Amino acid sequence: MLRYIAQRLSESALVLLIMSFVIYGLIGLMPGDPIDLMINADPKLTAADAARLRALHGLDRPIWERYLTWLGGAMQGDFGFSRLHSRPVLEILWPRLGTTVILMGLSFALALLLAVPAGLLAALKPRSWRDAAVNVIAFAGISVPPFWLAILLIIVFAVLLGWLPAGGMAPRGAGLGAQIAHLALPVATLTLATLGGILRFVRAAAMEALRQDYVRTARAKGLGERQVVLGHVLRNAMIPVVTILALNFGALFSGALITETMFGTLGMGKTIYDSILGNDFNLALVGLLLATLTTLLANLLADICYAWLDPRISYD
Amino acid sequence: MTEPGPNTLTAEAAQALGPARSPAGILWRRFLEHRLALGSLLVLILFAAAALAAPVIEQLLGHDATLVDLFNAKQPASLAHPLGTDELGRDLLLRLLYGGRVSLTVGLVAALCAAVIGTAVGLWAGYFGGAADALLMRLTDGVIALPLLPLLIVLAAIDLTKLGLPEALATSQDVSLYRIVVLIALVGWTTVARLVRGATLSMKTREFVRAARALGAGAPRIVLVHILPNVVSPIIVATTLSIGNIILLESVLSFLGLGIQPPIASWGNMLTNAQELIWDAPALAIYPGLLIFATVIAFNFLGDGLQDALDPRAVE
Repeated sequence: MLRYIAQRLSESALVLLIMSFVIYGLIGLMPGDPIDLMINADPKLTAADAARLRALHGLDRPIWERYLTWLGGAMQGDFGFSRLHSRPVLEILWPRLGTTVILMGLSFALALLLAVPAGLLAALKPRSWRDAAVNVIAFAGISVPPFWLAILLIIVFAVLLGWLPAGGMAPRGAGLGAQIAHLALPVATLTLATLGGILRFVRAAAMEALRQDYVRTARAKGLGERQVVLGHVLRNAMIPVVTILALNFGALFSGALITETMFGTLGMGKTIYDSILGNDFNLALVGLLLATLTTLLANLLADICYAWLDPRISYD
Repeated sequence: MTEPGPNTLTAEAAQALGPARSPAGILWRRFLEHRLALGSLLVLILFAAAALAAPVIEQLLGHDATLVDLFNAKQPASLAHPLGTDELGRDLLLRLLYGGRVSLTVGLVAALCAAVIGTAVGLWAGYFGGAADALLMRLTDGVIALPLLPLLIVLAAIDLTKLGLPEALATSQDVSLYRIVVLIALVGWTTVARLVRGATLSMKTREFVRAARALGAGAPRIVLVHILPNVVSPIIVATTLSIGNIILLESVLSFLGLGIQPPIASWGNMLTNAQELIWDAPALAIYPGLLIFATVIAFNFLGDGLQDALDPRAVE
């Protein structure tokens, strides 16, 4: 098992390295460069000054040379400064990564807590009104534009009812109540946007498990319905669900980006979006890499859960 | 129902079912039984017809869809403006219809492009296997697992002149349309590729394929004449389901200001300013989202119905 984890970690490192080059190249293709931004800020700079500055900062060198320089710095923990915040990139990203992890973790856990029992109940009685209701909720969940869902929630809970803040972060040092109030709508949005997909997977996997021989055996040997469903159906149904959920972690991050942008939550997603629109190249690059790293680690974690759920799988 | 065979029992059963006995007839009947899918198809036809009729409706109402009239901004519904006007005084209904043209076209064209790429790649990988196959599977794993939205935002922000595109094209008004179709096709082909690869792998070993090979048919003939027609149904289902996702993705990118650029209307970019308007003109925030939601859920129901009709395993 440890060997497997080590192998997967080294694979993830390779993917991360490739992604860093791809993203570096893509950011190089974005409009303007840091010197253009300096010219905008200081009209007295002449074209000759600009050329001199480009040479000074190495911006006239080919892209792979600049990438290697960046990589050399990054290896020593120097990820550069953020243009928008005038602070080291990592100093800005760490607390925001925490916010995003809380937002994604809460939403994912809530969606799972709602979807697993509902999907199971639907699968136990296919073609009943219960199944139909679950099905409609699932389809609505995968079809609703998340940003519009956020707008609707803001209209209902912030504008009409006035119960919750329409967005932003709780002030520093605010109590737990304020923190929860500020997180409530973002978490609700992301939960609803994630719920539909999970519901469909759980329902399909549970239907598949119910058809298997071991379920008939379990019933034949006189196990109660409770034990059959919880011990046999649920456990086996969760195996494919875990795989698919791990693959959907990237989608969860995309959802978090939309949610954070809508509610002004200072997390990774909003930071990446703002940094790309604000030409903050260093911040965008490291933010995207951190997001990729989080996704890769979540996939690894899911694979370990998979082995734990299914003792038939061994990684040695 | 089992495979129709020459025995009398099946023939009787088929007669009892009614006159439709051709394969297409059976499919059509199964599809008709799926009421949600049928309803969805009607809704989509209605939306498409309305969007196509936009210029006619424009003439009937007697005003230009692009006409800015700040004295008549944010008007409630009236006879002249059936759904009222937006923040610039443009007619909301007409904007929705023209936006629908863009959103539906982007969805259909991008899904078609993705399906063509995916089919070609899947056929190639499934039939020839080898290094191309391994690379494909790695690539699809990667595209599925990565946080897609932040990467798409970077791609959407790229300066096309740096890629060597002529200035006139890169700054033309329609370029945002082509750009979004290309972007979505580039990331959207993997689902179809995987499905087609899997189906091709199983078809490759069937007797009729081996017979064709024994008769001297070359690889292009086998793949295009013998395998492709047999993998069409998963392609149709996956493509229908992908249209919904693509419309969602387009709306998210346009909403974030990175997809379809104003003044071209799309349902996504009509919501860009909605957040500031929810206090005094909530209708502007509701209608475009409602249309996205209805269209996407209709495509998903339609795809689900097609899956049930085309997939013999689904029949109980």
